[in-house]
Amino acid sequence: MMALWQSFVELVYELIPWLDGGVATVLIILIKGVALILPLIIMMAYMTYAERKVIGYMQLRIGPNRVGPIGLLQPFADVFKMLFKEIIFPSKANIYLFLLAPILAFVPAVAIWAVIPLGEGFYITNLDISLLYVLAIGSVGVYGIIIAGWASNSKYPLLGALRSTALLVSYEIVIGFVAVTVVMVASSVNLNEIVAGQKGGAWNWYFIPLFPMMIVFWISALTETNRAPFDVVEGESEIVGGTHVEYSGMCFALFFMAEYINMIMMAALAVLMFFGGWHSPFEGIPYLDDLFAFVPDIMWLLAKMSFFLFLYLWIRATFPRFRYDQIMRLCWKVFLPLTILWIFVVAILTQLGVGPWF
Amino acid sequence: MLNKFKKIIKDFTLNELLFGMSVTAKELVNTKITVQFPEERTPISPRFRGIHALRRYPNGEERCIACKLCEAVCPANAITIESEMREDGSRRTSQYDIDLFKCIFCGFCEEACPVDAIVETQIFDYAFESRDGSVLTKKRLLEIGEQNKKAIDQTKLEDSKYR
Repeated sequence: MMALWQSFVELVYELIPWLDGGVATVLIILIKGVALILPLIIMMAYMTYAERKVIGYMQLRIGPNRVGPIGLLQPFADVFKMLFKEIIFPSKANIYLFLLAPILAFVPAVAIWAVIPLGEGFYITNLDISLLYVLAIGSVGVYGIIIAGWASNSKYPLLGALRSTALLVSYEIVIGFVAVTVVMVASSVNLNEIVAGQKGGAWNWYFIPLFPMMIVFWISALTETNRAPFDVVEGESEIVGGTHVEYSGMCFALFFMAEYINMIMMAALAVLMFFGGWHSPFEGIPYLDDLFAFVPDIMWLLAKMSFFLFLYLWIRATFPRFRYDQIMRLCWKVFLPLTILWIFVVAILTQLGVGPWF
Repeated sequence: MLNKFKKIIKDFTLNELLFGMSVTAKELVNTKITVQFPEERTPISPRFRGIHALRRYPNGEERCIACKLCEAVCPANAITIESEMREDGSRRTSQYDIDLFKCIFCGFCEEACPVDAIVETQIFDYAFESRDGSVLTKKRLLEIGEQNKKAIDQTKLEDSKYR
């Protein structure tokens, strides 16, 4: 993957020799960005399709099947519908904040992907504190929801925003503590090095010593991305549509895209932190290792991610929405003590040097 | 105490959540029950009461003799009939209107009819585009009867055993 990229960079320099180094570098960064965001948005579009299809199947329906063969063009139909819809401004809303909110929701969701490595040396930036960067930028996304709720000048969005603020801030603490355990095991905050620490077969992955943390992380990830059963921000049956009641057209689509890109990001993060990133599960097994040697590393990452994305849909199709105070209780009285306890467990295990992980 | 301990163990192993997810996982691969409506249709009883139609005798003579029994029995007053003498001296309708906004599709008109002229067909997926489209005139009713002659004869034959 890296060799391919290197030859591409050389090609750019060769094709446009009149550019000096600085401009070419900026150009390459721009191309890198587009090369990341475009597949990401297509992934997000087909995530919506997969969601409707999977939930349909779980409810004994067959889901969208009218646009294109087995409904495969449905995401594009949705996109064009959204593009041509009018953006309605509530008469007493603050238009600047009203327009700022979807941007504030969308931009951090995409910005996180700058540091997420997709393969051996396959990333946009190799930031030394990439895990911290992910947590930091992830929490900026809350502002999109808060400002949307406030700027709409309407009661349901405000209620949704208030709920989400408390919720996301609480669960960020839990995710932070889970990240601490991972960092303790990997002794690095760099996602590349966290994955490098899990080299060599499925038994080296961090989900084994950190199994409860993985479950806590995943449930917190559902909350962070406002997905069912923790989607109290939207809460269709209680507060109509939460923060995006007043949004229409592309403004609404940006919220939607931010949510789905965050989902894909959380799936990627779960894989990178607990499931060995792009490493094959068969590394080090004599026969199987050779058998799967042809699979590029990014494929392993995508395969593991797609399992977690499926888990999102599976959970949404199964569980009813949590009551708000129960979510808060779960966070402060169950997850937080559990994660803190596990930090001590991991500390002891690290000192003893148990297993291949530490 | 022991029960409480058991419950904690059960909660922390996500027992009930996993059971719930196993149910949805089973349904994921189960046979789907969707009926793709315009292409596939669910079976309809011969007694189904859809849109109305006026029938004719095999020789082309219209059945309705303007006895106005249907008009009288109609609970929603949806039927309006005017009658007059035709050239050959027989009593016929000059106007036979059914207002579909009023009609409740009870089927009393069909039961009251002594000559089986007014019937209700199995057609239920119809629409009209203007406001006066809601009134079925005599012409339109005879047309529907003409277009669906086979289906009407078939369903009436099937249902005749039970009448």
